[in-house]
Amino acid sequence: MSILVDKHTKVITQGITGSTGLFHTKGALDYGTQMVGGVTPGKGGTNVDITLEDGSTVSLPVFNTVVEAKEKTGATASVIYVPPAFAADSIMEAVDADLDLVICITEGIPVLDMVKVARYMEGKKTVLIGPNCPGVITPGECKIGIMPGYIHKPGYVGVVSRSGTLTYEAVHQLSTRGIGQSSAVGIGGDPVKGSEFIDILKMFNEDPDTRAVIMIGEIGGTAEEEAAEWIQANMTKPVVGFIGGATAPPGKRMGHAGAIISGGKGTAAEKIAKLESCGVKVAPTPSEMGSTLVEVLEERGLLSECTTH
Amino acid sequence: MNIHEYQGKQLLKQYGVAVPEGKVAFTVEEAVEAAQSLGSTVCVVKAQIHAGGRGKAGGVKVAKSVDEVRTYAQELLGKVLVTHQTGPEGKEIKRLLIEEGCDIQKEYYIGVVIDRATGKVVIMASEEGGTEIEEVAEKTPEKIFREAVDPAVGLQAFQARKLAYAINIPTKLVNKAAQFMLSLYKAFVEKDCSIAEINPLVVTGDGQVMALDAKLNFDSNALFRHPEILELRDLEEEDEKEIEASKYDLSYIALDGNIGCMVNGAGLAMATMDIIKYYGGEPANFLDVGGGATTEKVTEAFKIILSDPNVKGIFINIFGGIMRCDVIANGVVEAAKQIGLDRPLVVRLEGTNVDLGKQILAESGLNIVAADSMADGAQKIVALV
Repeated sequence: MSILVDKHTKVITQGITGSTGLFHTKGALDYGTQMVGGVTPGKGGTNVDITLEDGSTVSLPVFNTVVEAKEKTGATASVIYVPPAFAADSIMEAVDADLDLVICITEGIPVLDMVKVARYMEGKKTVLIGPNCPGVITPGECKIGIMPGYIHKPGYVGVVSRSGTLTYEAVHQLSTRGIGQSSAVGIGGDPVKGSEFIDILKMFNEDPDTRAVIMIGEIGGTAEEEAAEWIQANMTKPVVGFIGGATAPPGKRMGHAGAIISGGKGTAAEKIAKLESCGVKVAPTPSEMGSTLVEVLEERGLLSECTTH
Repeated sequence: MNIHEYQGKQLLKQYGVAVPEGKVAFTVEEAVEAAQSLGSTVCVVKAQIHAGGRGKAGGVKVAKSVDEVRTYAQELLGKVLVTHQTGPEGKEIKRLLIEEGCDIQKEYYIGVVIDRATGKVVIMASEEGGTEIEEVAEKTPEKIFREAVDPAVGLQAFQARKLAYAINIPTKLVNKAAQFMLSLYKAFVEKDCSIAEINPLVVTGDGQVMALDAKLNFDSNALFRHPEILELRDLEEEDEKEIEASKYDLSYIALDGNIGCMVNGAGLAMATMDIIKYYGGEPANFLDVGGGATTEKVTEAFKIILSDPNVKGIFINIFGGIMRCDVIANGVVEAAKQIGLDRPLVVRLEGTNVDLGKQILAESGLNIVAADSMADGAQKIVALV
């Protein structure tokens, strides 16, 4: 099965006529995702024609508003490729239109804009993934985002991460060992996000087709520590982790807006210690994420059922 | 983005936040003129650098006459100040803040931060002014009071009063303190701060509630909408290579080691630093070339890494998703041809078009060591430097 997205999910792209939006909409279509339309205010009524890798052409309708796009296409999810100055507004528009899922890829949204978005979303049903994230993929069924589809294989291990390329590294390590993934979710590198580790871990916990989870964190904040406690109290499946930034200097923003050790808090060492103490085995190096998961699967007698190819 | 104390105070003044009268001085003469125009009996001469701990390091002097201001200004301007926040190399003092002295009765702490867990702006207050807040948080956390602000309505007066009473601001001054906090919050939000620390907030003998120090830090993601804040940037307080990198939209942070790194993606870049260290090496930098790297960007990134005299070797670790390995390979070859490659280079490519990328590197005629995995690459570069 999977979480959040599958082969039935209908998706619109906000910012579809921009070069980034167009490029990744094509990537999603090439993968088999049900992209059904897009939104660019002012370009409603037009179409974007996309030629896929297999030579076929898809013509997607463009709408002025998310509400109209949802109504006319039946989409339940949206992916946002809108510049930082306008992205928070795009998120709120999608939430207002009552979509089930919004995935915001945009990096660089002002933090105080996200503080407003968080408040706006209270009590609303929409799930937000991101911003500043690579997206969500259920291998073989649905890819929403910028991740390379081909490294993913369908299977039973869930992946949740604050990073993009480090996630691909982890997925690659799993796929090359024959271990497929149920879904891979990039929650993003920003300090204020739509979904945190706990939100995604809950979903994996409740997904009958996820047997184990790998979680990839980094310096900054306390989300990994909170997740560790939640895992100990609630998680019925094994979780393995990796924390990036053990060698990061304090006070410096390491690329991601949320990757900063401030006031001595948010160090990798603290996170690793907390995770280990809550029963989450943490890979000692980034090249051992796959092998650490294999170890744990073996210990739990889950290795053969998780070896899907 | 950081700014100097005097700039922070000027900004807060615009919002009606009470600060001592003061003027910036770049020369001894300016310092003397400033002291004369302030006309107070006691003046404080304060080093302006982008680091805390200046007082303890001797960067803050209390002068009782204009002559003393001159002496202290001469002593401090041009001096390299080493504080517990500057690192052992310290920072050269190029600016001074000449400020009127005030009759400090008591010191408090006020901080405005963003609480990541709740996604809200939080005002923190404590009666332990003048101490590092991390120390207070560790030793006496019950002395820190917090109010979370609902972004729909902003900081409310009752919340500011709650904090003022909790930290025992003298009753007659509670309203002034509350007003101080409301104005501080307004400045924080309107200028897109990431953190605003008033340590200490002081109450004075003549009934004022003032910011004796102000540390404002701004959200880099929001600078595009604050050209007035960008103007306050002091390039001399930043690492040259970091400034150069920002021109090309490269995320770069200088470190102390001798192995230069180039990676795509911040998480992978941090992990690359980690694995180099794991195998006994020391990273010279963090560098994320980002998703849309072109030949030019790769070339510029190379130049910046090579401009660091400490760099004895370079490790390129790329997991291409949207970015294709052949594009990176061409960029590396082009850059090496332009600048000349005089140090060991290990390249690990994985992902889209990896075989083509590896072929381009192998046929380039350059002395490039290929790695099969991240671990392999890290071990190889550590062995080569």
